[in-house]
Amino acid sequence: MSKSEAKITGARLMVELLEEYGVDIVFGYPGGAILPFYDELYKSTKIKHILVRHEQGAIHMAEGYARSTGKLGVCIATSGPGATNLVTGLTDARLDSVPILAITGQVATNAIGTDAFQEADIYGITIPITKYNALIKSADDIARHFEEATLIALGGRPGPVLLDFPKDVQTELTNVRKSSKLKINPRHYQKPPIGGDLDAFAAALNKAKRPLLYVGGGAINANASKEIRELAEKGNIPVTTTLMGIGAFPGTHKLAVGMLGMHGTAYANKAVLECDYILNLGARFDDRVAKPGEFAENAVRAHIDIDTAEFNKRVSVDHIVHGDLKEVLKVLIPKVEKVDRSSWLEYLDTIRKNHPLEFDDSSDSIKPQAFLQKLFEKSKGKAIVSTDVGQHQMWAAQYYLFDEANKWLTSGGLGTMGYGLPAAIGAKFGNPNSTVICVSGDGSIQMNIQELATIAMYKKGVKILIFNNNFLGMVRQWQELFYEERFSESEWNYNPDFVKLGEAYSIKGMRVATKSEIDKAIEFFLEGDEARILEVMIPAEEKVFPMIPAGKSQKDMIEFSDAIRTGKK
Amino acid sequence: MKHILKILVNNHPGVMSHVSGLFTRRSYNIDSIAVGVTDNPEISSMVIVVKGDDSVVEQVKRQLLKLPDVIDVEDLAYHDCISRELVLVVVQCSDANRTEIISICEVFQARIADLTKTTFTIEFSGNTRQVNHFLEMMQKYGIEEIARTGQIALRYRS
Ligand SMILES: Cc1ncc(C[n+]2csc(CCOP(=O)(O)OP(=O)(O)O)c2C)c(N)n1
Repeated sequence: MSKSEAKITGARLMVELLEEYGVDIVFGYPGGAILPFYDELYKSTKIKHILVRHEQGAIHMAEGYARSTGKLGVCIATSGPGATNLVTGLTDARLDSVPILAITGQVATNAIGTDAFQEADIYGITIPITKYNALIKSADDIARHFEEATLIALGGRPGPVLLDFPKDVQTELTNVRKSSKLKINPRHYQKPPIGGDLDAFAAALNKAKRPLLYVGGGAINANASKEIRELAEKGNIPVTTTLMGIGAFPGTHKLAVGMLGMHGTAYANKAVLECDYILNLGARFDDRVAKPGEFAENAVRAHIDIDTAEFNKRVSVDHIVHGDLKEVLKVLIPKVEKVDRSSWLEYLDTIRKNHPLEFDDSSDSIKPQAFLQKLFEKSKGKAIVSTDVGQHQMWAAQYYLFDEANKWLTSGGLGTMGYGLPAAIGAKFGNPNSTVICVSGDGSIQMNIQELATIAMYKKGVKILIFNNNFLGMVRQWQELFYEERFSESEWNYNPDFVKLGEAYSIKGMRVATKSEIDKAIEFFLEGDEARILEVMIPAEEKVFPMIPAGKSQKDMIEFSDAIRTGKK
Repeated sequence: MKHILKILVNNHPGVMSHVSGLFTRRSYNIDSIAVGVTDNPEISSMVIVVKGDDSVVEQVKRQLLKLPDVIDVEDLAYHDCISRELVLVVVQCSDANRTEIISICEVFQARIADLTKTTFTIEFSGNTRQVNHFLEMMQKYGIEEIARTGQIALRYRS
């Protein structure tokens, strides 16, 4: 028997395939149904396994790793409760198009469907939240499923895939180490040919007097930052990004007008109202950004995307090009003319001056906005920043600017509290030489706070900033503005001592509450490559402005000045 | 507006839930669904009849094409396809109306598949309009039970 015909166990093959695909780090948590795989992993010298404290932590770490490196993120869980703990992360990755391979153990094939111990139909559960999933019934199928799953996770519009391995399939012997014929259509992983009339596209853009680029997360997935910059600079076109698109265009560039949408800048939202041409680059007219029938209604609307299902989904558009954004822009840019658009740009500059991001910094207390501005300066905008969900997330999006893609990690589509800390850990594993900061709230941090142990165990220098307002701040903000200050279940009467909690894990911490302490605090925070917890006490009534109320359009934006005038501040 | 979607899928377990899941997720009501294997044993054909405006059905079509197990989706307009549905219906009968029912079946070219002293079990196939019409005719005799397959369809060749 030749070497390639020698039989190995399914579990051995799983590990060999991961190694072959260049996977060198996986995040996981063991259990009975995945033990054969863990036993093989133990022998691997190429794959480092990161032991987490909760499977949700594992998948968010894989997400943070994937988003900050552009590589596939891999997480492992056992059957039943281990697998169901991945559900939130899979949904998160699905909504934000993150390439994740989740590997789960399953009860033995002859026990499937019998309500066996630790059995959950994770295949059925994850159908609507994965890009692809499979229950693998024979070790002979492992190679093919692995190849299909990874191609699908990374191909086209990326997304999460899940492979479920019954325990007996992991111990079964096989000599099928290479997939023969793939069963999926190449359109699911090959780059699509460019579809659409680029000449007409360019002609409409060239005619525009007040064009605007509206850049989404797809631009980051397509690695199209360079081309977007070229397009903007050549055509003198201002650029707004979505929450997911932050970093795809330099935040400090003179053509950048910041984030648009619910908590976008006033100048970005006004630019949307007044542009005569809007070009969507890999964004999805999300409901936090666009109200159907009212979004850029006076503009010619154009859309480039790799996912045809996004065309005309919520907002109808006039011009469509299907394809990989980078490839499309390479063809489009030469057709775009150098047009002098100084009056449009000057106009936007005036708006920027008259409607800046604002907050009241007259008291002695620390304002999160001021703090983040300072943090941006002191870290020279070089850090990788992850966030949780809430006010702190929006302040970070507004006040920490990014000049590069893949440095802003936030749960955009699902809005998952508990994402920030594990995502930061994953990013730190992927980028050991970068400063990685997790910006969180006193609510969110407690959703996956157990991962402090992972930081401590692997000595990862993750910097954790907690804005403590003793409230579920964003919930409070809505209650204040739209529910007549009935603070139903948004006030925390009890928080742990976060600094002491850090100490319990040998992580150094500090708590600050007054303005005069900001410099010292940031210095302590960024010092060295050690983990830090910085708890910043902030006023509970501080709000995020501007704000477009849910379901409303750019026209209904509430600015800081409006809030003061109406006594909502 | 009714749409007849003909969907070619890989023939393996779970594909049905993937496809029907897409419809439920968008709270779409499926009028009927019929599945059968094609001449290629690895490929099944699903025919799904849905009501919905064109733009939303177009969305579903694009979403369907994103499922790795979906090979092709065709939106057949009612007028350019041959569609058939099979129905088995149990109708009450008495000595008085027995011949009447038999002659209606002859007109419709429906087959009497079984009979007892008090019932006929009738087999009829036709497009949905014909099936509905036939069932309406049977209504007055008293229908005891119905089984319908859901529509299958093929595009007309020209
Ligand atoms: C898992 C989860 N549960 C609930 C919510 C709803 N939610 C959105 S923001 C928010 C408050 C967040 O509070 P905190 O983390 O303290 O941040 P802050 O808004 O105070 O900055 C809540 C509860 C959510 N996004 N995710």
